[in-house]
Amino acid sequence: MELTTWLTDLLDGNLIFTPQTLGYYWDGLVTTSQLVFLSLLAGLVLAIPLAIGRSSRHRWISLPIYVYTYVFRGTPLLIQLYIIYYGVVFVDGIQESIFWPLLREAFYPALIAFTLNTAAYTTEIFRGAIKATSRGEIEAARAYGMSNALTMRRIVLPSAFRRALPAYGNEVIFMLHASAIASVVTLMDLTGAARFVYARFYAPFEAFLFVAAIYLCLTFAILYFFRFLEKRLLAHLKPA
Amino acid sequence: MQRYLGIALLGAALVAGSAQARDSYEHVRFGVDVPYEPMEYRTADGELTGFDIDLGNALCEQMGITCEWIEQQWDGIIPGLMARNYDAIMSSMTINEERRAQVLFSDAYLTVPSAWFAPAESEIETPDEQTLDGLTLGVQRGTLQDSYATDFYGDVANVRRYATADDMLLDMESGRLDLVFVNYPVGKTTLLDSERGDYRVVGEMIREPYEYFGDGIAIAFRPRDEALAERFNEALAELQESGVYDEIHDRYFRE
Repeated sequence: MELTTWLTDLLDGNLIFTPQTLGYYWDGLVTTSQLVFLSLLAGLVLAIPLAIGRSSRHRWISLPIYVYTYVFRGTPLLIQLYIIYYGVVFVDGIQESIFWPLLREAFYPALIAFTLNTAAYTTEIFRGAIKATSRGEIEAARAYGMSNALTMRRIVLPSAFRRALPAYGNEVIFMLHASAIASVVTLMDLTGAARFVYARFYAPFEAFLFVAAIYLCLTFAILYFFRFLEKRLLAHLKPA
Repeated sequence: MQRYLGIALLGAALVAGSAQARDSYEHVRFGVDVPYEPMEYRTADGELTGFDIDLGNALCEQMGITCEWIEQQWDGIIPGLMARNYDAIMSSMTINEERRAQVLFSDAYLTVPSAWFAPAESEIETPDEQTLDGLTLGVQRGTLQDSYATDFYGDVANVRRYATADDMLLDMESGRLDLVFVNYPVGKTTLLDSERGDYRVVGEMIREPYEYFGDGIAIAFRPRDEALAERFNEALAELQESGVYDEIHDRYFRE
């Protein structure tokens, strides 16, 4: 109650930032956070086995994964989103399938597109980190009699994740910024809310500057989270 | 020093240039959001046509000036006018109070109602808060239909806003939308009379409340271009007198 009166007083006489439009921005913030968080999580889960497969010596494993990452890193995310959102309806019988209630909404096609895209980038980041594992560590593991799987689990992956952390932090921030295109498929994310306010009140500066400030805050939060992680996990690399 | 002089001269030239442009337009650029059939759209061979286009060209001819059409997506059409990307908007823009605060309107040249459209097999008879509860509604972003649907049904229904009318129709066709809310001639041409599927009008034609649906469709100008708006009003009256207006009207709105 107190918050509402405070808010009403604060917004008194303001034509653009009414409780209604702030509500749209808030919903937008929730949608953007969900979309980015879920796609990053799913992308990460997909990327770990893909990265291991991508560094495999067997071409029949690594080649298909290479084609996948090449295609998804080589085309704009906007095009991938269009293809998945508008293209999926041309699949025969999709409207009758059990997936339609999900694909009918804008959220899930966008989530699929973002997940596949971030998984491709994350795969390549991890692959680079896996490849950079020093030979000595692997030879030492062999000398202890570790199997391939155990070496991967105990030696290669833990150090690879640490090496990949700074690059992965960038990918998270890129993903947040890339999510701004979700509004082209009618999703009311942060940018969608800004576009709505812009179109309704013809106020481009207010609408977009406000939303830019929110994105900045989110970026800083991510930045500090990764800085904290790096401090903890990469403590051994700090100059003494 | 010389650099500042250059900037000052450039500024002076700009001021002089815009002052000159204010007096007499020999060439008018119209901003238009395409496609919005039958108001403005492209024929199969890419030619721009439609009621607005034909009427706009006829008005320019009547005034003895040349004109050109510049395509602009709807949600940025008023900011584009203010940014001088074009001199007027002739794109089925309805006069209402929110817009009147931003732009100067000519006399209205057409009144069209809005209507709800749904697939033929839809069971809704009258759209209201109960029947629309939980449904997905499509509108074009920044249109008066968007404002109306958002304010009246935004709390009960899921309003999806599209950048272009085309994207909205594509989603209607694919079954993502239960209803769309558009101006009637556009819905009639693009849904009822099309090959896209079977559609019907749901409920009555909607012309009220006044704050949303206003006084009809007009050309929008920058507020300071009063003289230009006046010239267009005179030309419009002349075309209505001479029967050219009716001839163009019948070309697109014969029942």
